[in-house]
Amino acid sequence: MFKGKKAIIFGDRDGVPGPAIAACMKAAGAEIVLTATECFV
Amino acid sequence: MPDPVIAAFSCILAHAPGFVRYGSKPSREIADRPALVLSAIEGHLRGFEEVVAYPPNQVFIGNLKPDDLHGIGQPWYDHPVFPAPRRGPYGEIYPEELLLGMIKLADDFGLVEIEKDSAPVLQGLLESHPFWRGADPGRIGQGVDPGRVDGLIEHSGSLPLFHGGRRVGCVNRHHDRDDNLKAHVLMENLLAKASGALALKNLLRSADIGGDGLDLLLNCSEEAVGDRYNRGGGGLAKAIGEMCGCVASTGCDVKAFCTGPLYALLFASGLVKAGLYERVAVVGGGSLAKLGMKFQGHVARGMPILEDVLGGIAFLVTGDDGQSPVVRLDAVGKHDIGSGSSQQNILESLVLKPLDRVGLKVTDIDKYAVELQNPEVTVSGGSGNVPLANYRMIGALAVLRKEIARQEIDRFVREHGMPGFAPTQGHIPAAVPFLGHAMDGIRRGELNNAMFIARGSLFLGRMTQLSDGLSFLLERNPGRRK
Amino acid sequence: MEKQSTIKKLVDDLGAQDLVVVIGAADPEVASVTAETVTFGDPSFAGPLAGVSLRLPVYHILEPEVKSAIPAEIYEEQAGFLELVADTEEIGRIFREIRGRLETA
Repeated sequence: MFKGKKAIIFGDRDGVPGPAIAACMKAAGAEIVLTATECFV
Repeated sequence: MPDPVIAAFSCILAHAPGFVRYGSKPSREIADRPALVLSAIEGHLRGFEEVVAYPPNQVFIGNLKPDDLHGIGQPWYDHPVFPAPRRGPYGEIYPEELLLGMIKLADDFGLVEIEKDSAPVLQGLLESHPFWRGADPGRIGQGVDPGRVDGLIEHSGSLPLFHGGRRVGCVNRHHDRDDNLKAHVLMENLLAKASGALALKNLLRSADIGGDGLDLLLNCSEEAVGDRYNRGGGGLAKAIGEMCGCVASTGCDVKAFCTGPLYALLFASGLVKAGLYERVAVVGGGSLAKLGMKFQGHVARGMPILEDVLGGIAFLVTGDDGQSPVVRLDAVGKHDIGSGSSQQNILESLVLKPLDRVGLKVTDIDKYAVELQNPEVTVSGGSGNVPLANYRMIGALAVLRKEIARQEIDRFVREHGMPGFAPTQGHIPAAVPFLGHAMDGIRRGELNNAMFIARGSLFLGRMTQLSDGLSFLLERNPGRRK
Repeated sequence: MEKQSTIKKLVDDLGAQDLVVVIGAADPEVASVTAETVTFGDPSFAGPLAGVSLRLPVYHILEPEVKSAIPAEIYEEQAGFLELVADTEEIGRIFREIRGRLETA
């Protein structure tokens, strides 16, 4: 589903953080083009 | 040697409606569409009485308990507390006139000019306040001519100060080629200094000691004091201490985003336990940048702009007095660099590891204090309920440990958590606003312990993708009978 | 707005083909606001990019169909914990709906 895709990641400090999503997407075969984590406060 | 105690606590709010326009988000939006945004902001500001009667603010200064908010209908701004005293057991809510007087009192470099129409009012208010009677309120002086302020704003990069829709003076820049000494930055720093001083004065009063009774001050505010060669490398600890007569104290700043207050508390505790200092005060002033951060959501929903106050916190760490609650230094939780970014690993480091070390279960902790941002501010800004999200994750840890079933998470949250009640002032909501409530709950025998957890967003500075966190456990003093 | 300009720049540099956005906010409302902002533009406020729709497919890391695309061990380690607190079915429904609107709009 994500093989060969380029992933833009917006994680959440109080949810799933950016680097954690990046690890998942990489394992799913995507290339990571941006990892950001948001802090909503 | 026994672990140190938290002997006193204070927190204050300063109403700052005239400064909302200088918050980071409002000032960017105003720059894009000046007339439209400014009038929207001004049409949604609250009066001082509304701010005092706002239920979360009454919790903040200790007149209500956090759980009392469960019994007050939302929106809370439509359910004012009556009667609503300005003073509470932990501190006071100050009107903007006093804050304006305070930034002039905090000014050692001619950075603040007050117009002559307004000077007597500010002066009178300071002189009538018990904290500042002897503190040279004469600094405000006669005030200056409005024409001088016009010229400074027009030609010299000064920023106008407003109160009640009227200009009352200005903040000047102090160097024309140093961005770190421009008016906006100096305004931010002066407000942190002034609100920090208000919190520290309240702390000294509640601890019943003079300024000379402290020997170390740690400031954990979020400003970045310094000139063009050292942005953020300076600090406010001694500047605040000087305002409060702490002549026997030295000090420095501890900065760690929202985790700052807990690092400062940890360092204070370590230094007291090691015998280097006897009485250490941690102080944090308010953050101008965060004013009006979610104003667009508030305006769009026809709500008042709730981010109209600066916060200030202070607490006193001393050696064991046989009475006050103890900071258990064997139960400090830390987010190691190698903890990774999985939420589970992070929370295990902050909650489970310290509990395991002292043989406690997740459900043995009576109350968890997480980042206590008022959800009424954040939900309407599209940012969710931060304390609730964190309480649910702590509940999930209890599920993983098989202490509760998954369907019991909501009950866990209700019993071991609390509604957020702190203004969204960065480091200010970082668990520590519950300190006073925890100390009182322990004194009254309603609580045995409380765990304080703060998270920091290191990634905001773009130097690492890491986040941060720290936790500590506060417990009934074993020397004190239940 | 800032997220939108970041994405716009990536679209300009890399082309929209093969780009996907993945979101991690556990609160369904926060997640859907973020998803709307990065795909359709900020719904509530005007700005330099108002009306610019970037139309990238947007996913949530906690959607069941996303989970099924990720090796189980890694998913468990990095994101599995949030499944205990988030309503993953609801998140899946919201994100399928947003992607559906992208295709038909």
